[in-house]
Amino acid sequence: MGIRTLVAMLAAALVVIAILATQPSYSLFMPGLLQGAALTVEIAVLGALLAVVMGVLAALARLYGPAPLRWLATVYVEIFRGTSALVQLFWLFFVLPQFGVSLDAFPVAVLALGLNVGAYGSEVVRGAILSVNRGQWEGCTALNMSRGQMLRRVILPQAFVAMIPPWGNLFIELLKSTSLVSLITLSDLAFKAQQMNQNTFKTIPIFTLVLLMYLAMSLVLTIVMRLLERRASAGLARGRAA
Amino acid sequence: MIWDWSFTFEILPVLAHAAIVSIEATLIGFVLAATLGLVLAVVRIAVPRTGWTISVLVELIRSTPLLIQIFFIYFVFPKFGLVLDAFTAGVLAIGIHYAAYCSEVYRAGFDNIHRGQWEASIALNLSAWTTFRDIIIPQAIPPIVPALGNYLVALFKETPLLSAIAVMELMQTAKIIGSETFRYTEPITLVGLFFLAMSLVSAVLIRALERLLNRRTMR
Repeated sequence: MGIRTLVAMLAAALVVIAILATQPSYSLFMPGLLQGAALTVEIAVLGALLAVVMGVLAALARLYGPAPLRWLATVYVEIFRGTSALVQLFWLFFVLPQFGVSLDAFPVAVLALGLNVGAYGSEVVRGAILSVNRGQWEGCTALNMSRGQMLRRVILPQAFVAMIPPWGNLFIELLKSTSLVSLITLSDLAFKAQQMNQNTFKTIPIFTLVLLMYLAMSLVLTIVMRLLERRASAGLARGRAA
Repeated sequence: MIWDWSFTFEILPVLAHAAIVSIEATLIGFVLAATLGLVLAVVRIAVPRTGWTISVLVELIRSTPLLIQIFFIYFVFPKFGLVLDAFTAGVLAIGIHYAAYCSEVYRAGFDNIHRGQWEASIALNLSAWTTFRDIIIPQAIPPIVPALGNYLVALFKETPLLSAIAVMELMQTAKIIGSETFRYTEPITLVGLFFLAMSLVSAVLIRALERLLNRRTMR
């Protein structure tokens, strides 16, 4: 889908939200839902940061780490990709306290979602690094660069471009999975919706607004990632054509 | 005592019973997703001027959380007179959500069919239906089976969401055991291990299937 269509969809979603917000039966729910949406964004942003850090670390550990580290990273990736996000969330929330580590719901949410998406992200990072042309490594060796220099100056900047679209998809997944945190008592957008629904039974306005809000957030994310991709690949296209 | 083995063996049968519900939900949901996805992908090609509408629909479904869609079907549909029990509503939501993803997979499969195949079908005066059934689909489906398999696993891992509308699947059962006995360690860990085992097994199966299909198309 082209970026124009995405922008048009975002504009349409925002206009519909704005129009609905002027209706008395809808405006009633706006403040609470916006409050929830703010928490959703907060968790998504922190979770994304953690996911990127974990993804890069796990990928580098699996590719270049010593055996124990490589093994540890593989176990991490398999466990977090092999079980569902909700199970991980509940495990950290209900089971971890039994081992003496009691965390609040908010850090648990960021931790669970960040670790979950980070595990998928590590495969993205690993794939992107491996997709860099062998000749680049050989060129670095010929230039007598150290391994750290090769990665930092030559390999990662090129791998970065290949990583952007899959990371964009993962961030969308992350944004959508933030709705799970409503099940461990955090009052995000999904939680507010559930709570208001139970109090008022005004199901249609509440869930319509909530769907539109998630849609708008996802579209913003998609558009930002598309622009980033365009910018990052602009400089590289010339070099690749040769 | 952090881990109680006798308690573990006590709850194992209960969880095994709940696992059947999870697997049922997965299979019904996936059949729904695979069928509806195929319908979406075929309509996009066969009916002119539906491409844009279907793109927007797919984007809408993929951009909103499955949990909210489950709530939407479970709470909003009754307002229009369509009352569904929790299991049906949940499975329907999962099926529709993954249909959006599957339709993109099918589309990729159809895009990979050489133009000449379509043209030859027209030249042979085959109807659109025959073309799809006998020419396009048999060529388009095998290469995308692994991708569909990945979505089957992803869908399976989303079934714990059904616990949010109190379907008695694995997660909900584990939560209930936890709240009754104040022991969460064993039930939730067991659920995690179950998902891990299923995912690892299915990853191996998908890889084997991929190899098998590759060998067949190589010939």
